[in-house]
Formats: sequence, structure tokens, C-alpha cells
Amino acid sequence: MDFVSILSIFVMACFVGYYVVWSVTPALHTPLMAVTNAISSVIVVGALIAGAAQGSQVSKWLGLLAVVLASVNIFGGFAVTERMLAMYKKKDKK
Amino acid sequence: MELSASSAWVPLAYLIAGVLFIMALRGLSSPATSRSGNRYGMIGMTIAMVTTLVTHGLASMTEIVGAIAIGGGVGFVTARRIKMTDMPQLVAAFHSLVGLAAVLVGWAAYLNPGAFGILEGAQIASHSRVEMGLGIAIGAITFSGSIIAFLKLAGKMSGSPIMLPARHAINLGTLALIIGLVGYFTQAQDLWVIAAITALSFAIGFLLIIPIGGADMPVVVSMLNSYSGWAAAAMGFTLHNTAMIITGALVGSSGAILSYIMCKAMNRSFLSVIAGGFGADAGPSGGPAKEQRPWKRGSAEDAAYIMKEAESVIIIPGYGMAVSQAQHVLREMGDQLKAKGVSVKYAIHPVAGRMPGHMNVLLAEANVPYDEVFELEDINGEFAQADVAFIIGANDVVNPAAKTDKSSPIYGMPVFDVDKAKTIFFVKRSMGGVGYAGVDNDVFYMDQTMMLLADAKKMVEDIVKALAH
Repeated sequence: MDFVSILSIFVMACFVGYYVVWSVTPALHTPLMAVTNAISSVIVVGALIAGAAQGSQVSKWLGLLAVVLASVNIFGGFAVTERMLAMYKKKDKK
Repeated sequence: MELSASSAWVPLAYLIAGVLFIMALRGLSSPATSRSGNRYGMIGMTIAMVTTLVTHGLASMTEIVGAIAIGGGVGFVTARRIKMTDMPQLVAAFHSLVGLAAVLVGWAAYLNPGAFGILEGAQIASHSRVEMGLGIAIGAITFSGSIIAFLKLAGKMSGSPIMLPARHAINLGTLALIIGLVGYFTQAQDLWVIAAITALSFAIGFLLIIPIGGADMPVVVSMLNSYSGWAAAAMGFTLHNTAMIITGALVGSSGAILSYIMCKAMNRSFLSVIAGGFGADAGPSGGPAKEQRPWKRGSAEDAAYIMKEAESVIIIPGYGMAVSQAQHVLREMGDQLKAKGVSVKYAIHPVAGRMPGHMNVLLAEANVPYDEVFELEDINGEFAQADVAFIIGANDVVNPAAKTDKSSPIYGMPVFDVDKAKTIFFVKRSMGGVGYAGVDNDVFYMDQTMMLLADAKKMVEDIVKALAH
């Protein structure tokens, strides 16, 4: 992909982010931070490529360490979001 | 089966992952759809990881699965065990990990550019060097900044601002140096350049967050959230990976919007928060308020008696409620009042607590239904009709000086109109400490105010006991 197509995706995604985030209810701002944290760990993709590549042992181990760190975030972030969201309940209709 | 990394399915899979992440955030527009949103996020992450593994990872599958298991295990156990009141420092800690991971990935790409497909001849393509340099710089700032935020939030380091002499000059100089080095990196692909970028960025992360005080932490945490997104986006540019770019843009804008909302709720500019030092020397602006003024002390029994006879009670929680873990017993108090026919509502200021939405999570944890919890602008008109405003662990967000006193450091900040309520109960540890901003609060001395001086949890427990009679 050339630079301009990538840049287009980035700019469009910024706009999507802008509108989607403004529609998030303030009561869920803490789960929003936890889940954005989890998904920003998609950087694990870069870590996996480095960890799997041959050619440089240093690069490989840096990659594997990054996989560990990103995995903490992925599993921790989604799990803690799930835990928080499960607590939000409506009034019991009796 | 090893798929070729150039197969047309591969970018498509990353695109789908990106779209699922958008849907994950979209789900958060209401608590009812939020949990399915979170599932979309998990599916998106699984797609991104599996795609990468089948296209690149088969050669070192054992090590990689081991790494995921170690990290995943630590993350999962932490997420299950963490107390809800510790959520701000957990989020800060998680941000630091994203930052460090970005730095490591940047370094790995520098040391083995062939594996990342960023070579142009024998050299790394120059636009890739800019992206890599920026990714490492933002990642390193996110890492060290989040470490300081974590230490401050966890109480392992003084929450008060720490001021260095000439810090603005040092900070701006360091930033300029980093940008200059990233530019130089396109000319010379030397190890020392990237090492210097990394080291300086770690340093500026520390320097930026150290002078920022505890109550400005909602802005800091949001800002670091944003940075972690931009770091992921920069790495996405390096790797030409749509999932990373979309996610980075989403997270980056999310954090930026949250910072904006937090700043607006304090009527402070983003720059003044970053410049730091708020609340360090509020002495002179506090003005002549130091004279002794008469105030009334109430007891748990008084509070129980008046609230039980009231028609409507509005509860305003603040950071003090989180500190004393009073949310559960507060909900019990609310239940007892409701059983006696009193209308009970909770009013939450955007900057209450140490991170956006902090109070909402704690009340949700204590089983307070979310439709009894209101935002500032939705409930502020109701204080005039309310019989009781019950303030617990909050202070600056109910200070009328923000509306009237132009010399006050919190002037212009939107606050709750508690002074319009018939009776005000102010739960506070002692009369000595003033709010974070260091300003006196006229609400203490109003005719309809009763100060309930005790630890928040202890006081509410006593009220619950008194209500039971």
C-alpha cells in the first residue's frame, strides 16, 4: 500500500473515532479507557512479526518481550472491561 | 497451512479487525449494548493475532504461545483481582505497557528491517524511519509518563506537584531535540540516533508528568490514553497495517476527546494543565477567607432524621468516597431512604475522582442502578426542588466561588448548585483541610449546612444505623 492510501485510512479513522467517542455515555468513560487500552495493544501484531522473524536474535527477543507486555494488556484490558460492564444494572422493575 | 503474507485475504482480515474495534467503542454508547461491544473487540483482537500468526509466526510458534500465555495469565489474574477503587492506577499501568511495547517493536523493526518489509535497497526507507522514530518517541513518553501517573495514583509518590526550576525551558528544549533527532534519523540510520531519541523521550515523559498534581490526573490519564493510541498508529504506518492504523486513530481521538471534556469540566486550558503546578501555591488567591466563621456541626442522627422526612435527596460523591470505600454503605443508605418513600438520586461531576467515569464505576460496583445516576447538566436544575444535598468526599465541585469569585483559582468551573437545596449535609474528615484547589468553600458556613465531620464510611454507617430505628 502506498503512503497516501494509508494516510487516507488514518484520517478517516480519526473522524470515525471522533464521532463514535462523542456518542459514548459519560457513565462509561472508565470502561472506555479500559477497552481502548485493550485494543491499542493491537501493536501485538508488530511484536508477533518481530518475535517470529529469523535473522536477528536481539530483534526476536525484543519482539517476544513486547508480545508478553501487549498480552498483559489484551487479556487484562478486555477482562477488566467485562467485569466493569457487568456491574452496570438498571433499576429492578418490580 | 502457512498463508502467504501477500495474500489478498490478509489485509481484508486486518480491516475486519479494525471495523470490529470501531463497533466495540460504538457499543459503549449505552450500558445495554456495552457488553456485546466488548465481545466485538475481543473477536477483532483474535482475528488480528491469528492472521499475523498464520502469515508470519509458524517458525517460532512455541516461544510465541509461551509469551502470550505468560502475559495473558498475568493480565487476566490482575483484572480479576483488582479492586474497583484501584482502577485509575491499573489503567495508568496498562498505558505504560502499551508504550513500552511500542518502543520494543520500534527497536525490533530497526534491528531487523527485512522482517518488517521496510527495506529500500540496503537501507530502511526514509519515511519508515520517520514513522519508526515517532512511534518510539511517543511510546517512550507514554511509558515513562504513565509510570509517574501510576506512582502518584497508587500513592507511592507524593500526589502534589513537584516543581523543577526552569522546567518549561528544559521541556521545550528536550522536545525540540527529539524532533530534530527524528529528522536527522532520515539522513543517518545510526544506532546512537535511535538510542538518543529513546532516552530523551523517556526523560521528557517523566518531566512532563512530575509537576502535575493529583486532581489533574483525569486529564493526565486521558492524555496518556491518547498517546498510547498515536504510538500504535505510528507503528501501523511502519507496518502498513490497517488494523493498527484504525485502532491507533480511534484510541488517539478517544483520549483526546476525554482530555478535552475533563479540561472543560475544570474550566482550564489543556496547556495550563500540562504546564502543571496547579494547587501548589493557592495561598494568595484563597484570599482573606482565613478568618473564623461560624459553622454548624451535625450528627448522624440529625442527618438520618432530616433525610427520612425529606421528599428528595441528591447525593454528590467525590474522591473522598473512593478513598474511604464508602460506596457500598452509601447504597445501603440510599436503599433505606427509598424504602421510606424518599426519592434518591446521585449527581456526578465529570472530574469527580481520579479518572473519567471513576465515580460511576464505583456506584455501579455497589449495585446502584445506572438510571439513578445523573450528569452535572442533567441534574443541576433539580437542586432548587431538592430537600437535601448530601455531599460526600467532594468539595471543589460544589464550591459557589466558581460562579461568583473571579479571583478564585476555580472560577468558571461548572459546579453543582447545592446552595439552592433546603438542607446540605457535608461529609468531611475535618474542618482543617480545604479542597484540592486550596480554596475555602462558602457552603461550609451557610445557614442550611450541617457539617458531618468523620471518615465518610464511618459516618454513613452511623446514618444507616440511625435510619434503622
